[in-house]
Order: sequence, then structure tokens, then C-alpha cells
Amino acid sequence: MSNMTRNRLLDGAFRAVGLLATLLGLLLLAVFLLDILRTGLSRLSWQFLSALPSRFPERAGIYTALLGTVWIMVLTALIAVPVGLAAGVYLEEYGRKSRWSALLEINITNLAGVPSVIYGLLGLNIFVRFLRMGSSVLAASCTLALLILPILIVATREAIRAVPKTLREASFALGATRWQTIWYQVLPASMGAFLRELFWPCRGRWAKRPRCSCWGCWPTCRLRQKAPWTSFRRCPFKYSTGFRAPSRHSESTPPPLLLCCCSLRLG
Amino acid sequence: MKQRERLIEALLALSAGISVLTTGGIIVMLAVEAAHFFRQVPLGTFLTDTQWTPLFADKHFGILPLVSGTLLTTGVAIAVALPLGLIIAIYLNEYATVGFRNVIKPLLEVLAAVPTVVYGFFALTVVTPFLQRLIPGMAGFNALSAGSVMGIMILPLVSSLSEDALTAVPRSLREASYALGATRLQTAMRVVVPAASSGITVSVILAISRAVGETMIVAIAAGQEPRLTANPLVPVETITTYIVQVSSGDVAYGTLEYDTIFAAGITLFVLTLVLNNVGYWFRQKFREQYE
Repeated sequence: MSNMTRNRLLDGAFRAVGLLATLLGLLLLAVFLLDILRTGLSRLSWQFLSALPSRFPERAGIYTALLGTVWIMVLTALIAVPVGLAAGVYLEEYGRKSRWSALLEINITNLAGVPSVIYGLLGLNIFVRFLRMGSSVLAASCTLALLILPILIVATREAIRAVPKTLREASFALGATRWQTIWYQVLPASMGAFLRELFWPCRGRWAKRPRCSCWGCWPTCRLRQKAPWTSFRRCPFKYSTGFRAPSRHSESTPPPLLLCCCSLRLG
Repeated sequence: MKQRERLIEALLALSAGISVLTTGGIIVMLAVEAAHFFRQVPLGTFLTDTQWTPLFADKHFGILPLVSGTLLTTGVAIAVALPLGLIIAIYLNEYATVGFRNVIKPLLEVLAAVPTVVYGFFALTVVTPFLQRLIPGMAGFNALSAGSVMGIMILPLVSSLSEDALTAVPRSLREASYALGATRLQTAMRVVVPAASSGITVSVILAISRAVGETMIVAIAAGQEPRLTANPLVPVETITTYIVQVSSGDVAYGTLEYDTIFAAGITLFVLTLVLNNVGYWFRQKFREQYE
């Protein structure tokens, strides 16, 4: 066999292997989704969504956990989005090239790599204990806001960077101040890109790290919600405590389905 | 007018400062709480003892079993994600049509967007029974199942980021290689991959760092028995699992038992910090600039 035929063969072989590997990846995804749909869909009912937790699996529901999840998501977004936007605007429009912004830059890159369980510890110490919020929705939301802050900042910066310079210059030429330019020109022009950056997983180039984790994995460490002003538990945690008791499987199966729906919708 | 502008700038700077406060908060919190711990347990014992039994009557505080559990699950995950991810990246970049790539890449990235609790459940109820049929005698909780599911989770990290790195290699390099009569495989292996090696390495480092810090999959499917082993078929406990176990259990705050989670936390923090910064440094240092 000549060198050339051998090389051609190898080339063809790799094409096949590559296609197989890609399909394997997709197959894994399909198996995964089908398994969730198969085991979860039949158990998903209105009663399951609206009933309170119960000792009897057939009467149990996730109403409280579901509400807890929704509460936390809304509150987290309310806290994190304004701060993230402001920080992103500052870094992109004001803080160029100073030592302070270089520090912020490195800092954000590093924060993005901190495991969520560490944020959980931080939230436990600072919000739950030190600020005496207790294990509450508020404490959980503050913690999660810190967790997604680096992601929001990078999304903001990517979006703002895409706004053409001419827009700013035109605004300045009309005598607008810096903030007026940002508020009336830059932000409206970048909103679309911002939302895209935020909800479209992995599409951005942010520090070369997919932001898929943004809505998917919350720090599930010890963020149960008892007391001050609600008694909700979030789905993931409820779910993660449910897995230890096999008899409760019938109760704890659909949450993954819900979670998946949520995150796929957002993604 | 001027004052208003100043005020707004100050407010914005304050928001940006929150991220610094967060970092400071994490470091101070871990350091202070871990200091409590290390006042009672010497650092030497912590790093060299081969048993981790802080919740038992006979207490041992050796972090090694937790680190080995973490490295074991991470190792399995990388063993799954690295070859598969690299092959997919090369295939999508060098062989597949643009249309195919544009459809497949986002689809694969969905794998990384699934909440990890769901993955943990999948590992425990689907992957483990399946593997048990192949390997009789495997424990119900084990590193292999958790690790391979974690590998699926980080697969898109490796494949997409490596693919981005491959795309960044200029066309002229490929064309020169083709002009010399090389096949696509030869071009990919000997020209494109070496040229993109820094980007690929960074993607792998980020994937490792993500796997080390992953919590829910291992907490659900890998078990909660700290042991110093390289056997993926038995239950192990990772650092993250231990933190979840203690912080969501009924260990009283302020006790030595409770402080162990901060010692474990600081270990985890240092581990991921080093990995991320090696990645960051690598990117700065070895990035090939073509333009």
C-alpha cells in the first residue's frame, strides 16, 4: 500500500470517527432528554405542581419549591442586573487603562472561576449569619446575585463594545455629557445584544468560558429557605435532599423535567 | 451638571467595586474561619493524614481522601471529555460543512446548560445501573458514573472552546499544508492543532477547573465516603460534597467539625484559583498572534 493510499484511508477513517464522535455527543443529549421526558412527563400533573409537600408520595407536590425557585430567580435578577449593568458600563466607558480597572479585570476573571459551593459558604457567612438575614429567600438571592455578577458584567461589556464609536461621537458633538450619551445612546443601542449575550448560552466570547452556568447551576449549598419572610425551598435543593430516600422517587422525579424546561427556555 | 456626572461615575465605580468586595469577602471569610481550624489541627496533619473522619468519635483531619476523590472524579470526567471533545472539535472545524457546524455546536452546548442536579439524578438512576450491568460488583455510589456524567457536562467546554481556537488559525496555514499534498487529517494533526495548542490547553484547563468545583453531580452520584483510593468503582467523597454534607446537615456552627468545611473550602478555592490562573497565564504567554 502506497503512502498516499494509506494517508487517504486514514483521512477517511478520521472523518468517520469524527462524525461518530459528534453523533455520540448528540446521542448522549438525546438519551438524556428522552430519559427525563419518559420518567418525568407521566408524573407531571397540575396536582403535582400545585400541591404542598406531603409524607404521602401520591399526594405530594412541589408548589412551595416551585414558588421558592421563582421568587429567588426574580429577586436575584432584580439585584444582580442593575449592579452588573452599572459595573459593565463603568469598566467599558469610564475605567479604561487605569490600574484600578486592570485590577477589576483580573478580579472578574478569577471570580468567574470560583466554584459555586464557595459562594454558598460566603452567603452562609455574610448574609445568613453576619447580616442576620437567616436562611431566607433574600440571603439566597443576594448570594446568587454575587455568583452571576461576573457573567452579567462580561455580557454588558461585550454588548457595549459592539456599539459603534460614531454613535457616541455624534452624541458628544451635540453637546451631550458622558452620562447622557450612555443613557440615551449607548445603553438603548446595546440592549438587544445584552439580552442575547445573557440568554444565549456559550455564544459569547467572554474570557473564553461559556456562560452556560448562568441560570443552570445555582449554588445549592445550604440555601434552604426557612423564616424571616417566607418558608420556601428551591427545587434543586429539595430535589437534592429527596434523592437519598429511594421511596420518594415518585415525588422527586419531575423536578428535573421542570428544571430542564426552565433552563432550556432561558438558554 | 458636573456634579451629577461625578455622582453617577462614583455610583458606577461602586458597582464595579462590588466584585472586588466579593473576592475580598471570599478570601477573608475562608482565611478567618480556616484559621480557627488550623489553630486546633496543624497544617502538616491536615496535608498528610490519610483519613478524613471529622464527624466520627475517632477524629482524623487529613484532606488527602477528599482531594483524591475530587481528582478521581475529575480524572474520569477528563478521560471522557478530552478525547471526545477534541475529535469533535477537529471534525467540526476541518471536515464538517459550515451549516452542519452551526447547527451542531449550539446543540452540543445545551449539554453544559443543563442544571447539574439533573445530571446527578441521571448518573444515579440511569448511568450507574447501566454500568453495573457491564461491571458486576460496582457500588451504587461510585466515582466512575459521576465522573463520566461530569465528562458529558464539560464536553461542550472542551469541544466548543477548542473549536474556537482551531477557527482562529489562519487559512493560509492550512492552504500551505494542502499545497504540499497533505490530507486533511495530516493538516489538522500537524499544522492546525499545534498552531492552536495554547487555546486547546486553556480549554482543557478550564474544563478541569469546572470539574473540580462541580458540586451536585458528585454529591448525588459519587457517594459520601471519604477514602484514599484510585479505584473508580467504590464510593468516594469530593471536597464539594463534603461541604454540602456538613453545611446542610445538623453540625453546630462554631464547632471544630463545622470549621472543617472552611478548611476544605480553602483547599478547593486554592485549587481552582491556581488552575484558572495557569490558564490565564498560558493564554497570555503562548497565544499565537498571526495578524
